[in-house]
Amino acid sequence: MQHIIKAVVLGAIVLAAAFATNFARDLSYQVSAIIIILWAGILFIREIGKIGNAPAPAETGYMDGVVRAGVIATVAWGITGFSVGAWIAFQLAFPSMNLSELTNGYLNFGRLRPLHTSAVIFAFGGNALIATSFYVVQRTSAARLFGGNLAWFVFWGYQLFIVLAAFSYVLGASQSREYAEPEWYIDIWLTIVWVAYLIVFAGTIYKRKEPHIYVANWFYLAFIITIAMLHIVNNLAVPVSIFGSKSVSLFSGVQDAMTQWWYGHNAVGFFLTAGFLGMMYYFVPKQADRPVFSYKLSIVHFWALIFLYIWAGPHHLHYTALPDWAQTLGMVMSIILWMPSWGGMINGLMTLSGAWDKLRTDPVLRIMVVSIAFYGMSTFEGPMMAIKAVNSLSHYTDWTIGHVHSGALGWNGMITFGALYFLTPKLWGRERLYSLKLVNYHFWLATIGIVLYASSMWVSGIMEGLMWREVDAQGFLVNSFADTVVAKFALLVTRGTGGLFYLTGALIMAYNLRMTMIGAGAATPKQATTAVPAE
Amino acid sequence: MARKPVKKPEVETTGHSWDGIEEYNNPLPRWWLWTTYLTIIWGIGYAIAYPAIPLPGGATPGLLGYSSRGEVAADIAAVEAQNAPLTARINELELAAISTDDLVGGEADGFAYNGGRAVFQTFCAQCHGAGANGAKGYPSLIDDDWLWGGSIEDIYTTVNHGIRYETDLDTRTSQMPAFGEFLNKEEISGLVQYVGSLSGINGAVETEDGKNLFLDNCAACHADDGTGDRFVGAPNLTDAIWLYGSDEETLTETVTYARFGVMPAWSGRLSESQIRQAAVYIHSLGGGE
Repeated sequence: MQHIIKAVVLGAIVLAAAFATNFARDLSYQVSAIIIILWAGILFIREIGKIGNAPAPAETGYMDGVVRAGVIATVAWGITGFSVGAWIAFQLAFPSMNLSELTNGYLNFGRLRPLHTSAVIFAFGGNALIATSFYVVQRTSAARLFGGNLAWFVFWGYQLFIVLAAFSYVLGASQSREYAEPEWYIDIWLTIVWVAYLIVFAGTIYKRKEPHIYVANWFYLAFIITIAMLHIVNNLAVPVSIFGSKSVSLFSGVQDAMTQWWYGHNAVGFFLTAGFLGMMYYFVPKQADRPVFSYKLSIVHFWALIFLYIWAGPHHLHYTALPDWAQTLGMVMSIILWMPSWGGMINGLMTLSGAWDKLRTDPVLRIMVVSIAFYGMSTFEGPMMAIKAVNSLSHYTDWTIGHVHSGALGWNGMITFGALYFLTPKLWGRERLYSLKLVNYHFWLATIGIVLYASSMWVSGIMEGLMWREVDAQGFLVNSFADTVVAKFALLVTRGTGGLFYLTGALIMAYNLRMTMIGAGAATPKQATTAVPAE
Repeated sequence: MARKPVKKPEVETTGHSWDGIEEYNNPLPRWWLWTTYLTIIWGIGYAIAYPAIPLPGGATPGLLGYSSRGEVAADIAAVEAQNAPLTARINELELAAISTDDLVGGEADGFAYNGGRAVFQTFCAQCHGAGANGAKGYPSLIDDDWLWGGSIEDIYTTVNHGIRYETDLDTRTSQMPAFGEFLNKEEISGLVQYVGSLSGINGAVETEDGKNLFLDNCAACHADDGTGDRFVGAPNLTDAIWLYGSDEETLTETVTYARFGVMPAWSGRLSESQIRQAAVYIHSLGGGE
């Protein structure tokens, strides 16, 4: 009966999407509808095949299939996102790489840039967060994921969101809100998926067999709830037609800008900081095999971080039409946020006290430590750049790009790599990774890549800022904008080269993980053990 | 998982264990706590000194009475006050006399030249290029070929009122007809050949038919010999300088569909002295007459 209901619903979705394909008012909407037909159609055929089957016996033990799928998706989207990133980095240095004549403008920087940011933040980072949160919440709650196959719905629904978003950017549909580019119908779909995610995660915590909720789960839960709120409010819009992509924001003017950066900054705060701190709080003590440094610090810095981050958005709008009082509050809260952010770094690094010697022998732990170091550096740099006097120099320059990437490549990327290296042998039942030597190569390539990237963008950004504001004794501007572009050329090439280093490291990781999964070399299968939740 | 024995820590753990992870009961690091307090105290102080708390009648102004708009206005006023005598001098001089004036003239370090360069780099470089060498459809300003005239008065008028800029009633204007509407392809091809032959490009051949077509249709603006007419902005067709390109395809396109290049009038956005300075700068680039 259950299969029949599902088949009917999926069949209805296919029909509705076919209808939408026919009446579509723009190409992006039409392509989205076709993708939905394919997606629902395949599921429909699968459900039809299952009709009449006896209900499968309820599975016990941890639900790891969806985590395995998440690990593979994380690696695949990561490499996609890094590749597009390296490509667009060189587009800035060599504009002919836009291939405008050849591709009719479809692969211009303007279309590929949101593809890059969404691929790394939402596809790579999002899959990493979903996969690790499903793994961690089961282990630390000693409970199987709540909701049965709902977790699989979250996984596939999220992939559908990514594919729809990626196609829409290249085909020219965008809300023009940074990190919230997808149009209204994609937003609605993500909302459904995200609520399902919250139900799976919170349900698992609710039925936990441990008396207390582990700190990693506080961070994951804060991330899931806050992202839901940010996503819904920032994407409030009225579609021009239900058969078209275009929508009009509910807000206008400076209120619109403020809503967008309230969202934008907390996407950084709750997606890229809180969520990944959840990851850090499980995988670092696990890999180091040491207790977390301070429970007290974790509780204080958690609440301080959650309270303060939500105020910091206005620092993206210094010296704009935003009223001065809002700028002041944004700056003050950003600076008070410095220490609460560093609480996570202290707890991560101090967890290693007494185990520093492991850094010599364990390249996975080394990757995690470097990620925490970059976390600390970015969360110092952020408050500093929020100071109005600094911001007047750094704003709109490459410095911001460098800041974001020392956080994204250094902190988010590296902690994810560490988690992937930890998870793969465990999830595929292998004794160890295929090759620690390759992990070491990855570590060095990624680290050198980040250093090249961040340092070239610092130099470029500060130079740009100084050139833009340079005036002569009579108050006249000295440089034209084009002068600053010419001056940046070598630094843009260096930045792209750093990106290539980082991409190469990730490709080596993909190979290493693949060999681990198939059980090659040292990664021999473990003695068969069944995973049973600890009672 | 069996945990390796570790050195007995000075502090106890909290007693919980999640999947083998425990937590020490370490106190908050002192330096961390004190730095947190310091940032909070500083934050309170800053919020008292600057506009910070939104209230029904407007936000608190802060003890320093700061506003970012006020700060910019003060900066601009200071520079304007400093330059006021020079600006006044520029406005009262004859245009042609500015560049040799003792007070504001001179190249490289002259007030008029520097101000014009800043205006150019900010507002003109987008189309005409940072080096003023132009681009397709945007004339080069460093040669001596001028569409509407290259004297400093002409340049001043162009910058002030723009070209084919409808909202300015004094804008320079003219319109080339799209000859695709009157002539057939063969005639246009003959015309293109003739125009090409005027400057001897692309092996273009001059034919009697082409010449007659030119005299009938084009000479009214571009003159019988093709040297153009500045009064209507008709380009000289006998030299090697081409605004849109001289290859056969481009010339055919130009004759068939015509061109209608637009330049904004700057009188509403720039001050009188800025426009004068821009004229001085552009005039000095190499082609000024």
